[in-house]
Amino acid sequence: MPDKIAIEKKVLSENDLLAQELRTKFQENKVFVFNLVSSPGSGKTSLLEKTLGLLQDKLNIALVVGDVQTENDADRLIQAGGKLVRPIVTGGSCHLDANMIHKSIQQFNLNEIDLFVIENVGNLVCPSSYDLGEDMKIVLISTTEGDDKPLKYPGMFRKSSVMVVNKTDLLGFSDFELHKVKENARQINGQLEIFELSCRTGEGLDTWIDWLLEQVILKKKEI
Amino acid sequence: MHELSIASSIVKTVLEEVKNRNLKTVTLVSMRIGALTDVVPDSLQFGFEAITKDTILAKTDLHIETISVKGCCNNCQHNFEVFEFVFICPNCESNDIKMSHGNELEIAYIEAED
Ligand SMILES: Nc1nc2c(ncn2[C@@H]2O[C@H](COP(=O)(O)OP(=O)(O)OP(=O)(O)O)[C@@H](O)[C@H]2O)c(=O)[nH]1
Ligand SMILES: [Mg+2]
Ligand SMILES: [Zn+2]
Repeated sequence: MPDKIAIEKKVLSENDLLAQELRTKFQENKVFVFNLVSSPGSGKTSLLEKTLGLLQDKLNIALVVGDVQTENDADRLIQAGGKLVRPIVTGGSCHLDANMIHKSIQQFNLNEIDLFVIENVGNLVCPSSYDLGEDMKIVLISTTEGDDKPLKYPGMFRKSSVMVVNKTDLLGFSDFELHKVKENARQINGQLEIFELSCRTGEGLDTWIDWLLEQVILKKKEI
Repeated sequence: MHELSIASSIVKTVLEEVKNRNLKTVTLVSMRIGALTDVVPDSLQFGFEAITKDTILAKTDLHIETISVKGCCNNCQHNFEVFEFVFICPNCESNDIKMSHGNELEIAYIEAED
């Protein structure tokens, strides 16, 4: 007869531990950190380009950008004026993990940073399991995807604190309905903060920027 | 999609137990996986088999218990099972729900011979 041995161990406990370490470090330096996730091509890099353009003069912003293969997104953010941009080429991995963030922050002086942004790999499944030490996950969805996305990827929408609906300039060119995506998302996560915007026309960006600034300021006031 | 990396974390943990406890063989690894983790049990099985092939865990069975999603209402403290990922309290209709189960991704126990 084999013996039954209780293990009771989280599979990702190593990642969770390291993420907690990161969180403490960010906290000590009063840096607001968000982990931006979406399907491929929803507009994560576009939103960050716009954000840089509008907040650059007010805040010190660091960005780490995950990509499976290229450094294109990091190059775009440097083009957009980003001074502290680091690519993480995952070489096949479908998500960023805490260890990758840990390595990338060695290159930064957290003390001088107000806002730390992580652009995750375009994927609504895997990144949801990996804590990166962020204050919150922000999930982006564009109007060229289905408005039932939240129902198809409940894990990610549940774990996010904010949903940004991008590409509102394209509303009307598909069956995507704003009120439906909001309904679907709120059913999974009633506490979701929701923004609607277009990175192309700039519509709605001001509300997003105001909110983001507020988060950075709130973070500074935390003890 | 990341089931392979999860499988390798499981193997790593189990092999540590084998070493620390001087076990001869592990016949079973039993997992608890929450329904909201997006981990696909079949893919995990497949990944586990693939990476344990030609190792001492080649004959080890992987058992996966799926944990359904449960919530606790922050408004009225009602505990309930969340069906179809609708996080709305059946008692008071509040949508301010704390999740109590469904995020598990853990090794519960192993069965081994020493
Ligand atoms: N019409 C329209 N197009 C947009 C908008 N925002 C982004 N796009 C376009 O959508 C495409 C993808 O945008 P990206 O910002 O690269 O998306 P991403 O999420 O960073 O993509 P990955 O990093 O590859 O996952 C680009 O061609 C953008 O120009 C928008 O608001 N309206
Ligand atoms: Mg991108
Ligand atoms: Zn209730």
